[in-house]
Amino acid sequence: MRDVAVVSFAQAPNVRNAGAMNEVEILMPVVAQALEKSTLTLQEIGFTCSGSSDYLAGAPFSFVMAIDAIGAWPPISESHVEMDGAWALYEAWVKIQHGAADSALVYSFGKSSPGQIRDVLALQLDPYYMAPLWPDSVSLAALQARALLESSAYGEKDLAEVAARSRRNAQSNPKAQLAGDFDLAALLAEPYLVSPLRKHDCPPITDGASAVVLAAGDLARRICERPAWIRGIDHRIEPHALGVRDLTRSPSTELAGEKAGAAQGPLDLAELHAPFTHQELILRDALGLKEGVEINPSGGALAANPVMAAGLARIGEAASRILSGSANRALAHATSGPCLQQNLVCVLEGE
Amino acid sequence: MENPVEEIQTPIRLDYQYTAGEATARFLRGLKQGRILGQRCPSCRNVIVPARGACARCGVATKEEVELPDVGTVTTFCVVHIPVPGSAVKPPFVCATIKLDGADIGLFHLVGGIPPDQVRAGMRVKAQWKPREEWDYTLENILYFTPMDEPDVELDDPRSSAHA
Amino acid sequence: MGELCGVVGIGQTKYASKRGDLSIAGLVREAGIRALEDADLDWKDIDAVVIGKAPDMFEGVMMPELYLADALGASGKPMLRVHTAGSVGGSTSIVAASLVQAGIHDRVLTVAFEKQSESNAMWALSSKQPFSPHINAGAGGYFAPHIRTYMRRSQAPDHIGMLVALKDRLNALKNPYAHLQMEDISLQKIEASPMLWAPIRYLETCPSSDGACAMVLAREALAKDAPRPPAWLVGTAMRTEPTMFPGREEVNPQAGKDCAADVYAQAGITDPRKDIDVAEVYVPFSWFEPMWMENLGFAEEGTGWQMTDEGATALDGDMPINASGGVLSSNPIGASGMIRFAEAALQVRGMAGDHQIDGARTALGHAYGGGSQYFCMWIVRSERP
Repeated sequence: MRDVAVVSFAQAPNVRNAGAMNEVEILMPVVAQALEKSTLTLQEIGFTCSGSSDYLAGAPFSFVMAIDAIGAWPPISESHVEMDGAWALYEAWVKIQHGAADSALVYSFGKSSPGQIRDVLALQLDPYYMAPLWPDSVSLAALQARALLESSAYGEKDLAEVAARSRRNAQSNPKAQLAGDFDLAALLAEPYLVSPLRKHDCPPITDGASAVVLAAGDLARRICERPAWIRGIDHRIEPHALGVRDLTRSPSTELAGEKAGAAQGPLDLAELHAPFTHQELILRDALGLKEGVEINPSGGALAANPVMAAGLARIGEAASRILSGSANRALAHATSGPCLQQNLVCVLEGE
Repeated sequence: MENPVEEIQTPIRLDYQYTAGEATARFLRGLKQGRILGQRCPSCRNVIVPARGACARCGVATKEEVELPDVGTVTTFCVVHIPVPGSAVKPPFVCATIKLDGADIGLFHLVGGIPPDQVRAGMRVKAQWKPREEWDYTLENILYFTPMDEPDVELDDPRSSAHA
Repeated sequence: MGELCGVVGIGQTKYASKRGDLSIAGLVREAGIRALEDADLDWKDIDAVVIGKAPDMFEGVMMPELYLADALGASGKPMLRVHTAGSVGGSTSIVAASLVQAGIHDRVLTVAFEKQSESNAMWALSSKQPFSPHINAGAGGYFAPHIRTYMRRSQAPDHIGMLVALKDRLNALKNPYAHLQMEDISLQKIEASPMLWAPIRYLETCPSSDGACAMVLAREALAKDAPRPPAWLVGTAMRTEPTMFPGREEVNPQAGKDCAADVYAQAGITDPRKDIDVAEVYVPFSWFEPMWMENLGFAEEGTGWQMTDEGATALDGDMPINASGGVLSSNPIGASGMIRFAEAALQVRGMAGDHQIDGARTALGHAYGGGSQYFCMWIVRSERP
């Protein structure tokens, strides 16, 4: 395996509604900033890969808009996944492993504000049996939360603690959408949104974009003082039908974490893509994260959830702590699909 | 099996609020006033219309506004013989790429006021606007481009007609 | 560069305007099972699944790979979903290949599909947006002006497009999977068919199909011992350029030329028309055959139409193009690119049946998408490099 590292990361301010700015206008400065930090130009980059969703944007071929803005001329070697940008990063990592490139630009954008995101996500379900019933994404998550609360020692207080900590951490993240000090008792006194989930157990609706530059071996060392080396990266999917899964566990995260070598050394922090509070508990257990591992110092998806970009942002956030020298070994996680159906784990290290 | 179910209907309705983006919004506001606004790329100096806020070729933001005349040259076209769903335009009609004078990129629009079989690449055309009171934030303020009383122009290869 | 990778299994569904006998899951599974059977493998032998399709709105399912995970035996495995517009079948194949070439997996199943009959594709592509070009005349309305420019520049005679349409429909009669089976096709019929987007006639356009294509890709040691001859990958390339910018050449796009140059260099091809025995090229409208002949370097600029005119691109020509019948005969959009790649592989495996080109040893698979801006190509050989 070649040594491949994250050498730069940039993200847009996460906001409820980016207003007059369209997806591309949100993305452009982010790509420019990630490239600038990497010292590489797009033409020096060996491979470009992006992640986004047409249904999120409400228009077919929405990713083409980005190609018309980033300066893909002369023509570039490029690909796109209809997935969270974390999987675009995986494809780029594979390309570098293949030896077809020494560097890659990865970006993703997600503007959740144009549509009703809870309904839009219902179209991810089996089109014959499930989608016609229009179960919205929060209700499905609530089913999972209920299953967890009923079958484990976790209580609603544990969920609220995740919310409070996420927003507390987000106070040090200038790009976060929701931040602040919240009293646990006050949170628990709030009404349910979809029982057993309260509003603070659910992710905000966010417009945002992220970009990461990857580089291999000597190139990474040359352009970056302290590259965040990808020591392992793996992703796995589970069956789709909720009824055949044990929703209280995340075996795909367990397996991806094992393949990525998560347990092969002590972790300083983990950026978990858990849009709902109870999902963080499930993920922590799946990854066997021990006390002392800082969870979501950025605030995580509960502080900002730009759909399609939130997973890539987890990798970027984890990497940025290694790039800055404040951490040495970090885990980043991304999820896709209803109730954590698909999961990716990436382990990053300093030299 | 008797009467097997082979098909179900599952209607999907989603409502979106689209954002034009700052550059497109400025372009549409211009049209409302009967103006065609392009932007000049700070890097390659080409004039792009409609303004998109970025030069696709250089990957840089474009800010400098350039007002363009409503006259130009047909660079290529096709004759559409099938109805377009939801469109009031009746076939056959001509879809053309029109390079407005002073622009370095073609604008996609209709050519009218001439039988379709007489449209030529290289033909000089001028915008036929709707009555001013009907103007809105849309390119449809221009009904179509119609021939001018000017000789056809020799068409360049697109590669040589823009600034390098 | 990287591990050697071979195509060891290929599966295609019968392409038809409507496969009412199968769900979306059933459709991809039919292709997947056939690919596994060809490779003499079972689902458990597959390490990862890479799936591609064109816009989700064609079926009304958002990120359908989530729902298709079960049908494709992907549970517990990595699954990737690629989308690069019309070229997606090609890019999906290339992503799958890179997983093997990078040494990450031993065997990868790759699938591409479209089930256009499940939704209203016209609606999917023309959802009204207030500020996009207000004249939505479909893909034909977009590409017909490019064709007119090509005709003007090359001075090609009018009948070239009809020759391509005839040749590809005749080829399709030799391919049982092909959607259009037009026994009575003739130049007269094509000429008499209505103009849709002049200069494109109805019979010079591709159909709208349901269908799926799948391939099993394996690393060298496994491909070498496959039950049937593998097709060895000797080059893969992708190139993208913006949709529109000042000075853009839309007829003979730079991205296509760069992509071809890259894939030829990898495969050691210096004279493509001589070195390549057969090519499957993405031709959704008949005139794109001569246009791509030039873009691919098979002919000098302005002379691609002469290849068609002289019969060079026919089954018995020196550079057979789309022996399978091509996109003009079957077009499940998201799968169309992968079908080109798979048909190229079938040719060098000697398994193309009635449309086999005798002695095909080197073949090109080609796909493009968007506004002639996304290009994907691969070169496969019968001999292990």
